[in-house]
Amino acid sequence: MKQSARRKGLKQVFLYIVWIALTLITLFPIYWMFLISARSRVELFSNRNLYQTTIFWENFVRPLFQGVYGQYVVNSLIVATGNTLLVVVLAVLAAYALSRYRVKGGQNIFFWTITNRMAPPAAFMLPLFLLYSRVLRIGDLQLYDTHIGLILVYCVFNLPFAIWLLKGIIDGIPTSLDDAARVDGASTVGIIRRIIVPLAAPGIAITALLAWIFAWNEFLFATTLTSVKARTITTGLVEFVTVVGTNWGEMAAMAIISLLPALLFLVLVQRYIIAGLTFGAVRE
Amino acid sequence: MKSSKTAWGLLAPTLIILGLVGLLPFIYVLYVGFHDWMIFAKVSGLVWAGVDNYRELVFDEDFLAALGRGLRFTIWTVSIQMVLGLLLAHLLMKKFKGRGFFRAIHALPLTVAPLVVGATWRLLTIPGLGPLPFYLNKIGIDYNIGWSAQQAFFTTVLMHIWHWTPFVTLTFLAGLSALPKEPFEGAMVDGANQWQIFRYIFLPMLKPVILIALFLRIMDALRIVDEVWMLTGGGPGTATRYVGIHIWRVVFPMTNYGYGSAMSVLLLYFIIVVCWLLLTVITQAKREAGT
Repeated sequence: MKQSARRKGLKQVFLYIVWIALTLITLFPIYWMFLISARSRVELFSNRNLYQTTIFWENFVRPLFQGVYGQYVVNSLIVATGNTLLVVVLAVLAAYALSRYRVKGGQNIFFWTITNRMAPPAAFMLPLFLLYSRVLRIGDLQLYDTHIGLILVYCVFNLPFAIWLLKGIIDGIPTSLDDAARVDGASTVGIIRRIIVPLAAPGIAITALLAWIFAWNEFLFATTLTSVKARTITTGLVEFVTVVGTNWGEMAAMAIISLLPALLFLVLVQRYIIAGLTFGAVRE
Repeated sequence: MKSSKTAWGLLAPTLIILGLVGLLPFIYVLYVGFHDWMIFAKVSGLVWAGVDNYRELVFDEDFLAALGRGLRFTIWTVSIQMVLGLLLAHLLMKKFKGRGFFRAIHALPLTVAPLVVGATWRLLTIPGLGPLPFYLNKIGIDYNIGWSAQQAFFTTVLMHIWHWTPFVTLTFLAGLSALPKEPFEGAMVDGANQWQIFRYIFLPMLKPVILIALFLRIMDALRIVDEVWMLTGGGPGTATRYVGIHIWRVVFPMTNYGYGSAMSVLLLYFIIVVCWLLLTVITQAKREAGT
């Protein structure tokens, strides 16, 4: 008995060593980005230390308050959140339909949705640009350079991903629960709202988190389909790469700032999904 | 059938949006792919070329080499990500002190934009500025991704693993969260060990989600552009010019839209075939195991 306890203790220690090593590896590139954001241009090329005692605040202050990047952050927030809401609602409905009903060609529709995500981006920029600036245009109203335009186009990669992930999760929920509710007279929407959504909640939360991060970090669509009003923070980051050289310090500073909302969202969702993962309680 | 009508109603908004921003552009790209269209050509506009673009493409050594490089990159990154993601999800499922902390830290790279990941890794590895070449040099390893094709390739692989393993882990955790607990409890009661639980309960039950993660990783790795572009620009030489970057170069700096469109269609077709084959093989294996 005593020996097995010691073995367990050793195992525990080993596990913590693994986690700490992984943490260091994971954090190092981000830490390095932070170091760069805290250094001036001159310091960047002279100081090779892996620690920092001073912070060069100008890197943060100039782009955020004197430039347009504050507005870009707001745009990114609107687009990413709007897209996530749209994607999660549509994906729950679609995944439920594909999981529970025998639709003619359902398998093919399911596979087709994911092919939208497979397309190599370069060649698809031109038709989307034409669609947004010429085809879908009523007078001065166009989708080009609008929030709603980006929200729609991000569905190309987020909606298939969300449908696939959520279908896998909804498939895991026993159909007997639906049937019972249907016998009690619940409508389809009622079943989705009162049975599927609560049971799949941790899965939906992770899907929303990943969709939000994909949308927040997207670059190629944003740079092609916006010009002034709806530009996002990732397109802003590239503007630091100029012909006279890259302003690494300011770029790193903006990158740190653009990482914060995603981090906040991540922590919130993590806290929420831990409640859904209860195997641990069984295990100990 | 009333129920079928309901299903179509639930699917309709998805189909409309994907039709608009997915299918329409695809039809256009397909159409352009059968034409010659260059901005700087003598004849402006589209000129019908039939299947010439595709005929040329099949013998285009640059394209095929880029496809091969993309495939090699995908195999390396995706296989390592899947194994690591599986192990980490398995470990993060257990209850231990600091689990929430480690889980948050582990997911952190995911929150960094691909572009910024590329830039950060470039700053890590740039000769003369980055700490990696500097400290590796001190222990006698000559590390220069602007010069060594091999090192550049494995640096992109490492970066991609660093960035996307958390995605795999989170996807698995999402799948795990919806699974019933009874099989795990039953196995515990029956005295199954860790490995048996992992092999006979964890893996089979997680199979659909594993498949989804595998697909998403394969398709995203094969068409990768921005991350690698920021890190190496596709160099040195053509060492890291993966197929997505190759198409990007043909479409944008060279403005050869017709040829670029044909390439995109062919690559899309290639990815679809790979995924379809995988799907068939895996579902087949499941059926055989079931009988």
